[in-house]
Amino acid sequence: MTEHFNEMYCGGAVREPYARLENWTNAMPAELRQMKQAEAEALFRRIGITFAVYGEGGDPDRLIPFDMFPRVFTQKEWRKLEAGIKQRARALNAFLLDVYGKGEIIKSGRIPARLVYQNAAFERAVMGFTPSCGVFSHIVGVDLVRTGRDDFYVLEDNCRTPSGVSYMLENREIMMRMFPKLFRENRIEPVDGYAEALRRTLASVAPAKCDRDPTLAILTPGHFNSAYYEHSFLADLMGVELVEGPDLFVENGFVWMRTTEGPQKVDVIYRRIDDAFLDPLCFRPDSMLGVPGLMDVYRSGGVSICSAPGAGVADDKAVYTFVPEMVRFYLGEEPILQNVPTWQCSKPDDLKYVLANLPELVVKEVHGSGGYGMLVGPKATKEQIEVFRLKIQEQPENYIAQPTLALSTTPTFVEEGVAPRHVDLRPYCLVGQDVQLVPGGLTRVALTEGSLVVNSSQGGGVKDTWILAE
Amino acid sequence: MLSRTAENLVWVARYIERAETMARLLEVGARITMIPTARGDGYRSEWESLLQASGTAAGFAEKYGDPVERNIESYLFFDRDNPSSVVSCFEHARENARIVRTAISSQVWDALNVAYQELRQLERRSRSEVEMTELTEWVTRHVTMVRGAIDTTLLRNDGYHFLNLGFALERADNTARLIDVKYYVLLPSLDMVGSELDTYQWQTLLRALQSYRAFHFAYGGEIGARKIAHFLILNGQSPRSLLTTAEKATYHLDCLGRDYNKSGLPQMRARALMNELERSSVEEIFNEGLHEFLTRFIREVGGLSKAVYDTYLSGVAR
Repeated sequence: MTEHFNEMYCGGAVREPYARLENWTNAMPAELRQMKQAEAEALFRRIGITFAVYGEGGDPDRLIPFDMFPRVFTQKEWRKLEAGIKQRARALNAFLLDVYGKGEIIKSGRIPARLVYQNAAFERAVMGFTPSCGVFSHIVGVDLVRTGRDDFYVLEDNCRTPSGVSYMLENREIMMRMFPKLFRENRIEPVDGYAEALRRTLASVAPAKCDRDPTLAILTPGHFNSAYYEHSFLADLMGVELVEGPDLFVENGFVWMRTTEGPQKVDVIYRRIDDAFLDPLCFRPDSMLGVPGLMDVYRSGGVSICSAPGAGVADDKAVYTFVPEMVRFYLGEEPILQNVPTWQCSKPDDLKYVLANLPELVVKEVHGSGGYGMLVGPKATKEQIEVFRLKIQEQPENYIAQPTLALSTTPTFVEEGVAPRHVDLRPYCLVGQDVQLVPGGLTRVALTEGSLVVNSSQGGGVKDTWILAE
Repeated sequence: MLSRTAENLVWVARYIERAETMARLLEVGARITMIPTARGDGYRSEWESLLQASGTAAGFAEKYGDPVERNIESYLFFDRDNPSSVVSCFEHARENARIVRTAISSQVWDALNVAYQELRQLERRSRSEVEMTELTEWVTRHVTMVRGAIDTTLLRNDGYHFLNLGFALERADNTARLIDVKYYVLLPSLDMVGSELDTYQWQTLLRALQSYRAFHFAYGGEIGARKIAHFLILNGQSPRSLLTTAEKATYHLDCLGRDYNKSGLPQMRARALMNELERSSVEEIFNEGLHEFLTRFIREVGGLSKAVYDTYLSGVAR
């Protein structure tokens, strides 16, 4: 059995950032804890923070379980993460600008052309186009795991429309409401500047043709989408309209929204729908979600789309392997954050190794997300492993494999009291004219004992994440 | 404001108003079945005319055939196949509100959300242990809470006016249809005047419009066809009269015109409707023919709704 790094207890002693939390839990009797837990749940339900799980049927207003035990980082730990994430976000954007432009990194032989140009997320429609400020991915969600005191790994990058930031904000609101004393005893960096920072970031990438205070809007697939709450929450916090495709139309080279006072021009669209649904004239003709003609306006500089169409080619699991190379190539720096060693099943040698070591490895689909289509070797049955072996042999280029990481744990409230559970972390990096990061992120926790899958679509929960001030 | 947001708000109000009308109809129906017929061979049934008044007769006939009381109750209250059932109305009102959560106060959302959650509990209970009066009172109570939350917590901005426009347009339509279903009992016809039948029918109409007591306050004395017609159509004190709804629509449209610095067809149509009712008399209406008058009124309200749509909700009128 691998030894897992416990972020609170290290060799029997309490680590410094958690020092004040030990008293807090010890002083909390079970009844009080249950009462607080019920209170938190009632608050979430009342605010309406719910998350529908695709294809599950059942309650459309399901709550993501919220664990009250906060996860804590020191300022020093955070500064390293922050520098590493910003570096990564800059490199990823440089890569996108390059592959839709001259393709220097491919010409230099550092990344295979096939991986980029034949990638399903590569958009021919934006080749040669430079978006405002040269930024493609304006919100980069970097998923991190920890395996030791100073060991962090990037699990994956999310360059399209990473979700979950509303939980980061609401978890904090609810914790402050329920445990005000904790916040007076611990000096915790605030996260509530996020919405304002996001608004400024979006405004900073207004298109060339915009000659006034830009009008922003969030484009949502609609109220049946599982993340609709987050879309309306962010629109509300930023004071911008939340629009659906039919609310927008294209005329005279600009995008307009239908308002009660007539058409109003929109300059920047923060879209929460996939590329394929943006514009039925350019992408999927059967899409009802998008805006016909949007891409023409985009390419002529009449509107900015965040994240830019085509940004997905940078967060593909096969391209992921090359991110450290991107950092060196574009920034001339050494990567601050490490990748998890990854075997590409498309390479014959790697494939051989993967097939020989399946019970020790985690295998992922290149284009999968949400923890689906994944094999966790050490937790899988013999049958599950054999099923995957066949799948991999059939389409090796569809899979990558990684060692099973010894994910860190943090104390978590469970039925019997407090117990260690595995966690990951997703901070949200904003990229516009500046690159910035709100001190915090979303900690996801695998609530089942021993489980390593933290995805909310598979029963994971969330925690408030603290960065302690100096 | 996004046109779609305004449209969602109009529908929140329309569905809430409609849910209340449905509940009132159910209450009246249930009440009448407790009154024996004059001929002594059973009980009165108003279900046919209530289905007509609610505009659900065709849908019901297709699903159930003969109007059996129990089926009608289920159809008007619980049935999701009936887009105008109380459950459908609350569900649609809440869904429309959920889409525009940020345009309403948390109190208004709470009122709608709590009602919806309770309704789901009610649905789970066995039908035999739920009395119709309990259901209709439940509706009245929750509709009142939603109205109260709107009135006490919302900014008086365009969203507020669109909500109230929805209430006014729906109520104008509902009242007119209710009177139309019973128009013949209000007609001055010598051989029926003073008969026991008339009195029951009139009471039914007043009760369906929640106006039975209000009527007596306003007029006193004997109930009569002319008084009732006046009360339900031309009396500006009666909260559900056609004049009151026209005044309310005009007021909120004028507010929108002021907020937006632009008035047009909707304001003109609403004012024309209101002015006509202000100048009219029961005699003139009866001369035109009550049914003909109501048909024309319903059409005018439809025209006003369309003008509102074209001007504000389509989002293209400049």
